[in-house]
Parts: sequence; structure tokens; C-alpha cells
Amino acid sequence: MHDDTRPDAALTPPADRTLSGGVHVDRRHDSAVKHVTGRAEYADDIAEPVGTLHAYLGLSERAHAKLRNVDLDAVRNAPGVIDVLTADDIPGVNDVSPTGRDDEPVLATDKIEFWGQPIFAVIAETRDQARRAAHLAQIDYEDLPHVLEADAAQNADMPYVTPPLTLKRGDAPVAMKNAKHRIKGQMRVGGQDHMYLEGHIAFAIPGEDEDVIVHSSTQHPTEAQHMVAHVLGVASNAVTVNVRRMGGGFGGKETQMNLFCAVAAIAAKRLNRPVKIRPDRDDDMSATGKRHDFVIDYEVGFDDDGKIEAVTGEFAARCGFSSDLSGPVTDRALFHADNAYFYPHVLLNSHPMKTNTVSNTAFRGFGGPQGVIIAERIIEEIAYHRSRDSLDIRKLNFYGEGRDITPYHQTVEDNIAPQIVADLEARSDYAERRQAVLDWNAKGGVIRKGIALTPVKFGISFTATWYNQAGALVHIYSDGSIHLNHGGTEMGQGLNTKVAQVVADAFQADFETIKITKTTTEKVPNTSATAASSGTDLNGMAALDACEQIKARLVEFAADTWNVAPEAVRFLPGSVQIGDEVISFPDLIKAAYMARIHLSAAGFYKTPKIHWDRDKGTGRPFYYYAYGAAVSEVSIDTLTGEYIVDRADVLHDVGRSLNPVIDRGQVEGAFIQGMGWLTTEELWWDEKGQLRTHAPSTYKIPLASDRPRIFNVDLADWSENRENTIKRSKAVGEPPFMLGISVLEALSMAVASVDDYRTCPRLNAPATPERVLMAVERLQGEG
Amino acid sequence: MTTRSNTQFLLNGKPVTLDAISAGDTLLDYLRLQKRLTGTKEGCAEGDCGACTVLVGRLNKGQLNYETVNACIRFMASLDGCHIVTVEYLSGPDGRMHPVQQAMVDFHGSQCGFCTPGFVMSLYALWMETPEPTETQIETALQGNLCRCTGYEPIIRAAQSINTYGSPAQDALNTERAAVTSQLQAMADGQRVELRTDDSLAILPADVDDLAAALLEHPDATMVAGATDVGLWVTKFLKTISPAIFLSHLEELREIEQSDGMIRMGAGVSYSGSADTLCAAFPHLRDYWDRIAGWQIRNMGTIGGNVANGSPIGDTPPVLIALGAQVILRKGDARRTLPVEAFFIDYGKQDLAAGEFVERIDIPLAQPGSLHAAYKISKRRDEDISSVAVGLNVTVQDGQITNARIAFGGMAATPKRAAAVEAALIGQPWSEATISAAAAKLPEDFQPLTDWRASSEYRMRSAQNLLRRFWLENAATDAPVRLMRA
Repeated sequence: MHDDTRPDAALTPPADRTLSGGVHVDRRHDSAVKHVTGRAEYADDIAEPVGTLHAYLGLSERAHAKLRNVDLDAVRNAPGVIDVLTADDIPGVNDVSPTGRDDEPVLATDKIEFWGQPIFAVIAETRDQARRAAHLAQIDYEDLPHVLEADAAQNADMPYVTPPLTLKRGDAPVAMKNAKHRIKGQMRVGGQDHMYLEGHIAFAIPGEDEDVIVHSSTQHPTEAQHMVAHVLGVASNAVTVNVRRMGGGFGGKETQMNLFCAVAAIAAKRLNRPVKIRPDRDDDMSATGKRHDFVIDYEVGFDDDGKIEAVTGEFAARCGFSSDLSGPVTDRALFHADNAYFYPHVLLNSHPMKTNTVSNTAFRGFGGPQGVIIAERIIEEIAYHRSRDSLDIRKLNFYGEGRDITPYHQTVEDNIAPQIVADLEARSDYAERRQAVLDWNAKGGVIRKGIALTPVKFGISFTATWYNQAGALVHIYSDGSIHLNHGGTEMGQGLNTKVAQVVADAFQADFETIKITKTTTEKVPNTSATAASSGTDLNGMAALDACEQIKARLVEFAADTWNVAPEAVRFLPGSVQIGDEVISFPDLIKAAYMARIHLSAAGFYKTPKIHWDRDKGTGRPFYYYAYGAAVSEVSIDTLTGEYIVDRADVLHDVGRSLNPVIDRGQVEGAFIQGMGWLTTEELWWDEKGQLRTHAPSTYKIPLASDRPRIFNVDLADWSENRENTIKRSKAVGEPPFMLGISVLEALSMAVASVDDYRTCPRLNAPATPERVLMAVERLQGEG
Repeated sequence: MTTRSNTQFLLNGKPVTLDAISAGDTLLDYLRLQKRLTGTKEGCAEGDCGACTVLVGRLNKGQLNYETVNACIRFMASLDGCHIVTVEYLSGPDGRMHPVQQAMVDFHGSQCGFCTPGFVMSLYALWMETPEPTETQIETALQGNLCRCTGYEPIIRAAQSINTYGSPAQDALNTERAAVTSQLQAMADGQRVELRTDDSLAILPADVDDLAAALLEHPDATMVAGATDVGLWVTKFLKTISPAIFLSHLEELREIEQSDGMIRMGAGVSYSGSADTLCAAFPHLRDYWDRIAGWQIRNMGTIGGNVANGSPIGDTPPVLIALGAQVILRKGDARRTLPVEAFFIDYGKQDLAAGEFVERIDIPLAQPGSLHAAYKISKRRDEDISSVAVGLNVTVQDGQITNARIAFGGMAATPKRAAAVEAALIGQPWSEATISAAAAKLPEDFQPLTDWRASSEYRMRSAQNLLRRFWLENAATDAPVRLMRA
């Protein structure tokens, strides 16, 4: 039965017509052209409305002190200054604690708890004026004793910033006592600055009533919205937070932008003028949190073969002055202290220590790397003790049949670590190369080599179960063009590209017809942080849900209109087959519009199966695991401790990749970032408690010339997610970060060669040239 | 002599005249805040990340050379008569992407994209100079560009392929070279330039004699050569540098020549500008020179500035001292000559009178029989400040050490010779035992400090071990004694 809405024109699809930018294909980053031409707009590039003012923070110059007097007269009187904000000027609540613990003031009131803590904000006509004025404050401090390190905090009876966690299975103390061999050790693992190339920024534009719009570089627009509402004392519906893209995030913009959003919004509403705040790099690194440093005491009991019988671990973390995300971060360290290995008896405790340092926060891996590194240290200890290749010890201790329960009582159902490792071992000629390394070192020269293969198993899902939800909003306009919005944020990881591929696939509409739009709290509410590697898993599914809703309406419309069965409506690349007819997708949309079909949908997704009882330490916190492995080969100079990573081979599991080239980019970048964490990236505080490595001149992330000259990175193309994730893919952001641990262990082997591998070198991280040389000399002294 | 009170330059091919700029105004702020050319980014404002990389073309003896620089610490006043090229200029009027850009897109060289314009500009300069670069050349060109997302691999692959997308001969900067050259020549009117605002004075002397005169007029002036240090005084410490005298435009100071057993190097010669001459004369400097900062800084920073600034951790003083270099100081028309080591008096204190400036550095060529080395240790191999640096120059005749000049950086408050070590070497046989005995004397020369770069213990231990490396490198051994990346 025909009616008026049915288009006249029908077409035949070309047989070779393929979809542009569907799923499981390489597709370049949607902003690539804008990146290379400089036309990609970041928050600081947005054209400023007339009257825009600039804020700057005044930071403390003490690690721990009472504020006796804060004299801001000179600040107020400085050229261009319009206003100065202190804690008293905050209309709502002076707190931006992301976990509701009310322990993180926007501006300090009566006490200072770390060097670099914001005390006031100055607002001026230009950023330069604000910045200069901020240095004119006269602040009278009454110094208090400060504690910087996690173990020093334990010794000083500093409190926990958040409740600790215990994971326990079996009877570790008894099993330890009964084990034939026992090793006790301690490892110090340094933190890491995110060193996103684009620093923090917030740009607030006041509106009518209580409204304010904030443009920020944030991984968590919803949280920024809630925090701005909280400090302004208004409802969340008055606040809009927008982010088109970030110049890197890595976890550093999951909570840490709250401070800047809050200050900009307070000033903008107070002065009724747009206010932008952008700290310089030094202030950004001094005033915002980093990866947690850990001091970990471990003990392992094992048999003659090197099979683990019991493991205990005490994980003390430098959390800084407030809790921020230290609870879930230290939890995740425990969740990953097994890495890919079965511990028959295990007891793990976290100690989230308060310290007089900046509050540490999320960073790619979120505590997981500090857990995995201990699992690998334990393996290494056993290997040196038993004079075995550490790879043999790894294989012996992998999860397997009857040995598949984690310390948190989740069953490992998808274990592919043995396959990944076997595949990589063969691809990388590991055995031959290890022998060559041993032969080289046997010559006893100044330059020594090391090689190590380390795996990773990483749990995917937020351990805060309610975070595992997402929304999306898809519109199809009457010309057939598609508008895509979801709650995730783009920080370079290609999330928008991947989600658009899902939409393209759903409608069989070319990628180019889909407009990727900025993330805004106006379109998708109550979103979770784009974090925990979850961006594509959650938002891809939510977008797919929206597409499926619209598709269902289109199918019903077409079936009714063309009088065919719903099964006879098929979406082809760029067109739709309805019975025997084929019409273009835009024509179908136009017809649907004329027939008053709703062409917009809000999608939603929540991860199934997961649950977690933190008090009992049991549950299924993770929907699935992602796996990978890397072999690194290094050379060290035993006179200076300098080193080179000669080669790295990586095999990584992303399930059925949505976009192999983007996933590969994540793996490569994560490996190098993980390598940097464990080699040259050193955070160094002086005795007064000031971080002295607070800019790239002093804080050294890897350069192009630090990457392995031979760098073979492959995706395990045989892998498929056994869970029903988006197109059976797996999350990729964080897991490969831990592959950098292979570099640390290879350095360790090169060091160990100087006393003929008799001693586990126990290299602390980061293994700077200094630490490598000192370890060499220590072993030479013992040898 | 007449003076001009404005500055003239080309920005992306278009002439610009500015009347009022302050001595401390940076190119990056000008581009972003005044011209809204927002493709150039601020990542660190200290010349260490490269997100602000642009090209600056400048005439040198009539030749137009384009070099990468860090716009964040490049002062506007230093750009008189230059052509500034930003990422926005690359795509061309038709919007078609440049070969560098197309390669970066095709090889997935960007993720978050914030560092990308800077990488594009560095790769652009590399391609213009070396269209088919080796991997080592690419890495060296990218030492001053940080990327936190990609791990660099796709950027390297892009760099290797640029020339398949187009050749430099067709690039706008080459096709427009003659026209730009004549435009810049027209701007070079030989006048002193004095740029004033209410509270700032920036002087660009007409020539070196005028520089000497200007410094007598303003003995308190800040001397600005490459601005790789002074730039940070402004961007990091918010210092006012007015009155400032700029000298990087003075061609006389950029001359480097070799004759009569001596290399004579004007104080304005950059690290890049000195590399060919110095490394040909002293091959041991090749690896060391490539590890001074990143490419942008090597293009900007001058050796005269590195000496004049007196830092104990400057890269060139230990090497210059070991080579027996002399510094020629000038005040008005009077000149005096000092051994480089005598120029450094104490931390932050050099033998430089008010109104006096470093005009030239003279380096005697190597004597037969002398053994040379230059070593640098840093936390990160490239683009890092040394924990320890050393220049070694030891003369061995008939198996006996007859002379030794060994100077360390990073071990004391100034770059300094290791007198006790030298004394323990001279007159002794050239042997491992001699080296060990000399290394044991190092604590008599130095008590290094502990800071974020290295501990006192590490500095001392590695410095002693570098003496051992020197021996091993010159002993007959096949085994490598240091790491070379290539």
C-alpha cells in the first residue's frame, strides 16, 4: 500500500559499494586533519568574548603550616586586578572532594597541607597581570612538621585518607610458614606526572539566573558540573560543562580540573564576566595530583620448582593531603597484585597514607600498575633464587584449570595469558635472544644486556559498580545526516572515532555523514568519567542502543509503508533495501520525517554481571580481563648506569578490534608511557616538601630517541571477547601501560649479570641511570 | 647614526610593522593573543616541549635560512627582519594539506593533537634540510618535541615518508625564497632599532661597534642572544628585562672561521651554527653536540651565551676549558682575553665588568698526541641538563702523560678544572693504574651537591667512572665501552 511519504526514486546499490568507516577497520582519528593543520580547537583556543577576565591561583610555599595572616593588599592593588577570591568568597561549599569526603577545599582556610596548595585566586584583565599579581601576596605561615613519604607517614602515625582494603583467600600466614622457601622484600615505586601536553584550563561564561557554562579540559564533565554547582550553591541544572577535546588526560583530568572549573565559575558569576583560568606548567604540576607512589613490603613462599604457595603484601601509598580517588586507586593496586598468577594463599592490605603532598589521583592503570609490578617482582625474586629464567617461573604460576580464583574471589574465566605469552615467545625469538644476551654478558664487558618477558592481565570495569553506565544521544536530521553525542570525552584515544564507527555500522551510513560533537552535560546527563579504559565499552554500547531504537522505528515505518515483513528491511551501505526496492538512506529518512517518525533517541547501557562487596572483599568487580605481553631487551653501561632499550616486542589483546590502527596507537603509546614511569620520570621533593621536578626541564618523559629502535607491536588478532561487549572488542587504554614493566625487569637482568645472576637486584622505580649504577655497584660489592 | 623605532618582519608571508612592543614580549603570546594564530600551542613556556615550534627565516650574508625555534621563549624584539612561519601557513591558500601534514595524517601521527603542530613544524624543517632523513636524523630533529600519547613510532614512520608526498623544491618557502629574501633585505636598513613602551626599552644595535656603544649607554642592560635562558627569566620568573640589548641579529657575531691553528667563533654563533666547524675539528664532539638540548634550542642558543651566563651545568664550558679555549671580552673599544676557566669566578659571578660583553671565543686546534673526549650524563639521554659533564684533553708522548686539561660541569658551583686529577696524571705513564690513581683524587677537586638531577654520590662515582671510560676508549679493546644509539 502506497502513501504520500513514500519516495518515488528507487536505486540499485552498486555491488561493490562498501561502507566507509564501519567497525573492525582501520580508520584515522576523526580530528587528524585538524590536529596537523592547527585547526583543532582546544579550550584555550576558543575565541574569548569581549570582557573576558583571567584568573590565577596564589599557591602556598609551605608543605604543612597554619595560615597566620594572609595579606592580599598588594595583590588587589596590582595593575589590572579586578578582584581577589579567598575561601570566604565561595558562595556554596568550599570542597571539591570527588568522593564526598569533604576533605579537599578549593581554597585553603586556616591551614596548608601541601606545597602548592591554592590559597586565593586573583582576577585581572589579562592573564599576565593576574599571574604577576598572584606573586605579590604576603603570607605569614606557622610551620608545622611535614611528612612526605608513605612509609614515613606510617612511622609518624599519620591517618589513612580513606578506609583501607584487605583481600584474603586461604591461610597465608600458615602456608607461608610451611613453604620450603620464603623471600621477604620491599619495593619502592615512584609516582608519575601525567605531563599531558595541554595543561589544565577552565573557561566560565556566566548566563542568566544561576546559569554558568564552563568549557574545560576534563575527562569528567558531569563531576565538574556537580562540583561547580556545589561550590556555587546552586542546582546542577544551572551548570553546563562542555569539552570538545583534551590535549591529553591520562587520568590527570578525571578530578583535578574541579579546582579550576570551580574558581572560574565562582569568579564569572561574581563579576558577571567570562573568566578563564589556565595555570602555567609549574603550577599545574605543583597543584594537581599524580600517580601514587607506593612502598610495598612483600613476602612469598614457594617450592623447589618455584611454584608459589603463599603471598602477602602491605601496600602503603602516598595519597597526599586528601582522599581524592585514593580509595579506588589503592583498591585496584590490590586487585592487580596477582597479575596473571594464581596465589593459593594470599593476604593483601592497602595503607592509603595521608602525606603532606599534593593529593594523588587517577593515572592510566589507576593503581593497577603498582600491583602488577609486585607480582612481577615476586616472580623475579623466585627466578633468581632458583637460578631459573623468570619466564619459566611465570608459566609455572599462571592461572589455569583448578587454579582460577583471584584474591578477590572472582573466577578467571577468560584466561589467555598462556596463549599470548607462548605466541609472543615464538614471534620474538625470545629463547635464542636470551641465550645471546647471556653469552654477551659472559664476556664481562662494560656494556651488559638484559631481556625480560612480562605479561599483563587487567580487570575491566570501574570497581565503583555504579560508574559502569553510560548514555548517548543520536539524532538523524531530515537530510539524513547524523548527529552523535555521548557521555565520553575525547583525549586523543580515538573514542569519538570508534563510537562513530559503531553508529556508521548500525545504520550502514558512511562515517562522513556522522557529526561528532562536543561532550556536554546538556545532552547526556549523569555520565561517568572517561576513565578505566571504559570509554568505548560503555559509550559505544549506549550509542548502539540509541541507534537500535531509531532503527526499530525506521524498520517498522518501512515495513508498514512498503507493506513488507520487518525482516525484509535491510540496511545496506548508504541505502536501505525494503523488500525488492532499494532507496538511499537520506530518502528513507526524509520519508520517515514526513511520516512523523521520531528520529532521535537517547541510548543507555550498564555493564552486566558485575558486583562487588568491598567489606567482604569478594565479588566480581570486573566484567572481563584484557591481556598482553612484552619482551624488552636493554643495554646498560656499568660505568654510568646509562641505558638504551634496544628492542621491544609486544603482543596485546584487544578482543575483536573496532579499529586496529587506533588500538595499536594506544598500545604503543602506553608502552612508552609505562617505560617512562619506570625509567626517567622521577618526582623529587626537597627537604622542605617542595616538588622540584615540576616542568619538562626537570621532569623527563620519554623522547623519540628513547623508544626502542626495534619496536614490534601486534594485536592478538585471534582474540575475541567472550563477553558480549561492543562488537566483541576489549578495552585498550590502560592494560598495555603495564607492558613497560618488561623494561624494568630487563634492566634488572643486565644489572644482575655483574654478580653472575646470583642476586635479585631489587631495582626500585624509576630505575634512573643513578639507580642502575648504584645497583651495579651494590652487586659488585656483594659479588 | 639614525635609529628606527619600530620593528618590521614577515608573518606567514605578510609584512608586519609594530611600534610598541616590550622587551619581554614573546612570539607565542603575540601569535596566540594578538593574531589568534592558535595552532601554535603553549605546553611548557620554557622551551622544553616543542608544542610552540615555529620556523624563523633570517638572512645571513644574503642567504635566507629557516630554523625551528620555540616561540614561547623567543622575544618579539629579536625578530626584526625575520620571516615567521607558523603551522597555519603550511596548508596553502587552497587548503590542501602540506606533505608533512598528509604524512602525519596517513601514518596516524597524532592522538590528542596538542603537540602535533609543533611536530609538524620540526618535521617540516627537517624535510626542507634533509628530505630523506635517517632514523637517527629524525630522532635528533625531534629531541625538542614531546609527545605523551603516541610513543613516537607513527611520527617516525610519517617522517620517513614525507618525501613521497612532495619535494621541498615545490614548497612555498622555496618557491617564494627570492621574493622573501628581497623583502627581508629591504627591511635590513642597517639602523639601530630602539623599541620603546612606557616602561620598556629594547635595543637592536646596528653592528658590533654599536653594541659596544649601546652597552656603555646602558651598562645595566640585559644582554639577550638566543634567549634560551633569559626567556625563562621572563616566562618562569616574571622578571623585567628592560633595558634589553638584543644581539642575535648581528651577523658579525655569527661568524665562525678557522685559520692559523685556531677556531674563532663569534659570541652569537648558535650550537647548530657551530656544529659543522667544531665537530670537523674535534670529532669527539659530534655525539656530545647532538645531546645539547633539542633542535629548537640548538638553533637559538649561542655558545657565547652559554659561557657568559656562567651556569655550572652549561654544556659547552667543560668542553671549551678542556680544549684551552679563550674568551675575548670587549668594553667600548677595549678588549681583553681570558682563559675560559678564569672567566668563572663563583656561582652566578663571572669576570665581566659593567658595559662589557663576550665578543668571541677562540679555540686552539688539537695538538698531535692529544687524546680528547667529551662526556655527558643526564637522567634522560637527550634534551636534558647534565648531571655530570666532562671535557678531557690529555697529551701522551712516548707513553707518558705530558699534559692534561680536564674540566667538569655539574660538580661544583662553576665549570671547573679537576686540578688534583690533572696533577696526578701529568708525568705519569699512560696506564690503567695511573687513571685509577687519578680518579681517586677527584674528591679533592669536587664535593658535588645533591639535587633532583643526581645525588652527590652518583655525581662523584660516575665522574670517576668517566675517567675510567676515557682510558678504556683509548685502550686497545674491541668491546664497546659506551652506549651509542645508532
